[in-house]
Amino acid sequence: MAKFTAKPNDLLKINYNPPQTDWMDTPVEIREHMYCHPSKKKDLDTVGFPNGRDWRVADEDWKLPANWEQTILEGMQALLKKYRSFSVFMDICVRCGACADKCHFFIGTGDPKNMPVLRAELLRSVYRGNFTLAGKILKKIAGARDLTVNVLKEWWYYFYQCTECRRCSVFCPYGIDQAEITMMGRELTNLLGLQIGWSGGPIAACYMKGNHLGLEPHTVKSCIDLFSEDIETITGIKIEPSFNRKGAEILFVTPSGDLFANPGTYTAMGYLMLFHELGLDYTWSTYASEGGNFGFFSTNEMAKRLNAKIYAEAKRLGVKWILGGECGHMWRVLHQYMDTWNGPADFLQEPVSPITGTKFENAKSTKMVHISEFTADLIKNGKLKLDKSRNDHLKVTYHDSCNPARGMGMLEEPRYVIKNVCKNFYEMPENTIREKTFCCGSGSGINASENMELRMRGGLPRANAVKFVHDKYGVNMLACVCAIDRATLSAANEYWVPEVGVTGVTELVANALVMKGEKERTLDIRLEPLPGKEGSEEVS
Amino acid sequence: MKTLFPLFAVITLIVLVVAGVQYANMQFLFGVIIPYLAVATFVAGLIYRVMKWASSPVPFRIPTTCGQELSLPWIKQDKLESPSGTLGVIGRMALEVLLFRSLFRNIKLDMREGPRIAYGSDKWLWLSGLAFHWSFLIILIRHFRLFAIQLPYPIHVIESLDSFLQIGVPMLYITDVVILAAVTYLFIRRITNPLVRYISLPADYFPLFLILAVAGSGVLMRYFTKVDVVGVKQLTMGLISFRPVVPQGIGIIFYIHLFLISVLFAYFPFSKLVHMAGVFLSPTRNMANNNRMVRHVNPWDYPVHVHTYEEYENDFREKMKSVGIPVEKE
Amino acid sequence: MYDSGKIITGLLVFVAIVSFPFVYSRGTNIVKPEPKIDTPVIQQMAVKQCVQPRAFMRAEHMQLLNDWRDSVVRDGNRVYVGFGGKQYNMSLQNTCMHCHSNKKEFCDSCHNFMSVKPYCWDCHIAPKENKS
Repeated sequence: MAKFTAKPNDLLKINYNPPQTDWMDTPVEIREHMYCHPSKKKDLDTVGFPNGRDWRVADEDWKLPANWEQTILEGMQALLKKYRSFSVFMDICVRCGACADKCHFFIGTGDPKNMPVLRAELLRSVYRGNFTLAGKILKKIAGARDLTVNVLKEWWYYFYQCTECRRCSVFCPYGIDQAEITMMGRELTNLLGLQIGWSGGPIAACYMKGNHLGLEPHTVKSCIDLFSEDIETITGIKIEPSFNRKGAEILFVTPSGDLFANPGTYTAMGYLMLFHELGLDYTWSTYASEGGNFGFFSTNEMAKRLNAKIYAEAKRLGVKWILGGECGHMWRVLHQYMDTWNGPADFLQEPVSPITGTKFENAKSTKMVHISEFTADLIKNGKLKLDKSRNDHLKVTYHDSCNPARGMGMLEEPRYVIKNVCKNFYEMPENTIREKTFCCGSGSGINASENMELRMRGGLPRANAVKFVHDKYGVNMLACVCAIDRATLSAANEYWVPEVGVTGVTELVANALVMKGEKERTLDIRLEPLPGKEGSEEVS
Repeated sequence: MKTLFPLFAVITLIVLVVAGVQYANMQFLFGVIIPYLAVATFVAGLIYRVMKWASSPVPFRIPTTCGQELSLPWIKQDKLESPSGTLGVIGRMALEVLLFRSLFRNIKLDMREGPRIAYGSDKWLWLSGLAFHWSFLIILIRHFRLFAIQLPYPIHVIESLDSFLQIGVPMLYITDVVILAAVTYLFIRRITNPLVRYISLPADYFPLFLILAVAGSGVLMRYFTKVDVVGVKQLTMGLISFRPVVPQGIGIIFYIHLFLISVLFAYFPFSKLVHMAGVFLSPTRNMANNNRMVRHVNPWDYPVHVHTYEEYENDFREKMKSVGIPVEKE
Repeated sequence: MYDSGKIITGLLVFVAIVSFPFVYSRGTNIVKPEPKIDTPVIQQMAVKQCVQPRAFMRAEHMQLLNDWRDSVVRDGNRVYVGFGGKQYNMSLQNTCMHCHSNKKEFCDSCHNFMSVKPYCWDCHIAPKENKS
């Protein structure tokens, strides 16, 4: 595969006019830089996914297993019986088109099959052809078609051009959620071993080693030890966090991405500093060292299998409740799925902040609290000493990650935190934030490198809104509560609006946090000189 | 092709009823048997459809949250867009069903030079959709006049409100104008908006043409080519009281109207029109966002293979010990 | 989670709505209205002829009355040339009701059957026989 070299201006020639030929008669054209490589056989075998094999997307022959049509149709039947959402969404769409121009992939590509309605029709047409009387008799007149190899390829191509962000579902008069349909499509293609490598690898790693990056226990510890050294350099305070410690009050779980890649690492340092300052009785776990869940981007069963570790580890360590770090899809899973999959968590206690005494009533069953909820409560109760001015060089905007916004409704907490640690805060345009927020363009397991054109196109709507506040207010920092965002928006901003960096909310908190016994800070969390503080010799 | 087929289908239906009534004298078939069958199909079909949906469980609680969750007491929850209890869900569903809340959010993409992607307000779909559905409902309720001798008072109120402009005789119903305009707009939108045209199926045009023909024949009958209304009411009263009679000389336009609405009723459960029932069953809208407060149970949940801590420690015990991470077995 | 209770309630409401007209009008005696034209005035007429032929009057009387009203109130013209060139005074009370003095058995018989309430008598005074 040739390297992706297209310049932003090349990508901007977007044609929103659909082709002359009807979509059913327009065969899928699988384009370079728009898809992810397949998963390795060994990764699928590790977790017992069926039909693992070596195959190439560009090849004509995908080496599909025998009777694959039957496998898919039986799988569809089973899913229709398991999920009312799927069953209802297959029947009630009126094709009003309200969702059409709401998808970031459609906006960025102009490909009509990226309109959520049409992406759903790819599957619906096969549903009609095989599961409805009208479809069986009237065929194409009823919008039905047969399941062929090309249809399957089309499914695969477009179900991995959806990041399950649910923006379409906000605008749909019936709440039809393309994320739900994409999940079904991925369940089905997974029956045939059509997993993508960027999901398959992390899933196998997470299953065996506890986190997506495959960090082994000693590596998890050494990453965090390294952060502690940096923190000592910045603040002069030595932090010694604990791992797999029994009897701790709180288990802390965050996505492993933040242990490894900038700028997520700075957010991880933020957690360490905040918890140390609070004197929080908490522990990290190397076994449950992943809050994220790439299983969620493959099959429901896989997601449940990966998620099981969190409660299991909380039980083993005997903690009272669980605190979760900043991550998008992790919070969709924790908020809407974990308790159902692996609960009831009756071995835990209803979360109470040991610092403020606040009961987190909204988490009384799942017993897991979001770091932004936790921090907002601290600030509200005046438990943190904050020096806002350390963030004065930043002009910050906030990107609502899809899942905390549309799968959880956490909109105000992070904003409250940011406004208390930063002086300069500017919202992006109304239609691009909160429940109408745009995806980073690389969620749901497709943040690979070989599909960079797709990712940059998908990230365009978000980046364009960032550019708007950059041009208007001079915004130079994008804050978010998502580890995938920290990785992918760094790339998208670099491409579309390179002047704007990306940070986690807790990094901003840590930068402003005045710690007991700290030295005069001259460096920010990134070990870069703090503007206005470099070499200053204040008389105390 | 996508528009022509449904257009011809509706024309064929009209030809069929004209031929049947005008030339083959099948008034009883079109005036009694088909309407009964249509209503029976409508009711049975819709119940069947809903039961079929209902036979699949809702394994997870997956509301699409469109507002602030219930969290800390000092943060204002958006009780309608992110409801945490039954009352809020009822409110959210009522807004959705009665006022098309989500469609009201509609915005329109506008890609400008620069590039600058802008999103403009676009309420026409919402307005025409709302106008169409409400008109249809009011017209349906007004037709109760044909199925009762003593009308309940509210029906009179609806009638007089609908005709309060007092234009012409018989007085013009506002809804008659609105429904024709709204359906026409929805049709024009479907063929002129390139994206919507691209996604449209014959099954999208057919109900539009059918409803246009039903409303058109009704308007024609009321205001222009008069029919024997006393005969019509004899027939409708006969239907409703299960003592069917077919008076002679009612006028063909009535039979066209009746047959087309019968087709619409019978077609309903087997088409996208089931969104009328489906909207109530959509899990992204009809569930409370109380996920972390109240555990949701998945009826088909089953045990899965997990990689246990024990297996994990067995894999990494020495490495863990070497950096001082506590282990279960030394 | 099936929510069977809520769904069955919903379906019952649906069935109740659909069956309401059937229940409401159950056992209604359907008698085709026969407007009576046997008033004394009509009986004395040699040629029993209204201002227009019967079929026209049946379908268009409301339109005709409307035209009369406009003509009288707006143009002050009270002369109507009817069927066969005969002239009539445009007046509901003095012309129409002169012959059809039996509002109850003539006007109301159809109007009640059709469940329509014309607004004629909002302004005009109904014939005495109608006072109940």
